[in-house]
Amino acid sequence: MNSTNRTVVVTGIGATTPLGGDAATTWEGLLAGRSGARRLEDERFAELPVRIAATAAVDPLDVLPRPLARKLDRSAQFAVIAAREAWADAGYSGPAGEDEAVAPERLGSVIASGIGGVITLLDQYDVLKEKGARRVSPHTVPMLMPNSPSANVGLEVNARAGVHTPVSACASGAEAIGYAVEMIRTGRADVVVAGGTEAAIHPLPVVAFANMMAMSKNNDEPEKASRPYDKGRDGFVLGEGAGVVVLESAEHAAARGARVYCEVLGQGLSADSHHIAQPEPTGRGIAAALQNLLDSTDLKPSEVAHLNAHATSTPQGDVAEVKALRKVLGDDLDHVAISATKSMTGHLLGGAGGVETVATVLALHHRTAPPTINVTELDEEVDADVVRDEPRALPEGTIAAINNSFGFGGHNVVLAFRTV
Amino acid sequence: MAATQEEIVAGLAEIVNEIAGIPVEDVQLDKSFTDDLDVDSLSMVEVVVAAEERFDVKIPDEDVKNLKTVGDAVDYIAKHQG
Repeated sequence: MNSTNRTVVVTGIGATTPLGGDAATTWEGLLAGRSGARRLEDERFAELPVRIAATAAVDPLDVLPRPLARKLDRSAQFAVIAAREAWADAGYSGPAGEDEAVAPERLGSVIASGIGGVITLLDQYDVLKEKGARRVSPHTVPMLMPNSPSANVGLEVNARAGVHTPVSACASGAEAIGYAVEMIRTGRADVVVAGGTEAAIHPLPVVAFANMMAMSKNNDEPEKASRPYDKGRDGFVLGEGAGVVVLESAEHAAARGARVYCEVLGQGLSADSHHIAQPEPTGRGIAAALQNLLDSTDLKPSEVAHLNAHATSTPQGDVAEVKALRKVLGDDLDHVAISATKSMTGHLLGGAGGVETVATVLALHHRTAPPTINVTELDEEVDADVVRDEPRALPEGTIAAINNSFGFGGHNVVLAFRTV
Repeated sequence: MAATQEEIVAGLAEIVNEIAGIPVEDVQLDKSFTDDLDVDSLSMVEVVVAAEERFDVKIPDEDVKNLKTVGDAVDYIAKHQG
């Protein structure tokens, strides 16, 4: 069955985040306006400039069997947990082939992370220095390689159409979902498990981000530290976890009678080519990505009711994104309920696009936009309708939602979804 | 003091349980690491390193490929332990 421009739908979701060990608990946390940020009590963080992070609500070691967990970097552990949930949620009873509703040759896996197995890399270097060469785990390379989460999820579900890992820093998870959409659209696969994962809460990455002056140093009030759009925002709070969706061609989903959450309209991509880490201040690249999305799909600005913003709580980035939205959507931005869920989950880097896609899908499904917390005084440059403190009902009828993800390196990924 | 055969089997069983999650009572002399105990070539390296520490023995890489069953490993360790 090779064809192009096939309709792609979401049939399953899974997540493990700072707010909960599954998608339902995460969604409850988002609606309740709960912050997942906490103090890092481990003494390795005691002398660091940043001593807070949004750590996973449920330790993956409490979920996965130990023999499996010890062969997986924490980022792959999160990915496998979220993928198992999404796979079951999509109604599949076992790996492809075993469940005859999908053939392994028609199933793909595209899971991304921004940094890869950095905790494994650093821990095994400690082992080498402290215990000697013989004690370095033979699993080190398959654990730290950035494609490990995607490959392990592929093994879980028996994916043989292709296993891929786009890497674009904090846009990675969204780029993975866009890649998966194209796999289905171009006929390479009927079903793809896609999303993002990250596990980088270790002293080295924390210090490295802190020294870029990218992170909030509000160590005394971790739950208030991530404050996108607030005048007093001073950087992001590092989060960890994974968000995964099962994407499927509409024909395939219909043939097996699957529950459909929403349609994925497509993606818009661009690159800033401005600076390796700083956002382009006018939002030029973001606007181009959004315009590409509008040009390549039948999405109409008038039907966009909700947007899950990239908004990480950095002074420059949050404003550049809003400027771009206003430039492309014009007055239509006035009826878009904007949620910055990183105010609650923290910034999951390569996991963000996955978790925020799950949040966007659920926002359409429940017709409810989650709140943005910690906006005490809205930055006057934020000329948009930010959903603050309480969730907001979205309109009836056909509505669409956008999920934005941008990454160091100047990567811009915009995904669009619509109710069915 | 050198470990007895029973002690070596029991020790290996604990190691295999830790690494592959196989119940200790299933780790018997005639069992193949790969076919019966879910120990792949990478995990076998872990088993070997753990056994070296536990039984004060050196198992060079070229000898590891000859350790197909738990019995092979027990004999090797009994013969070479320090």
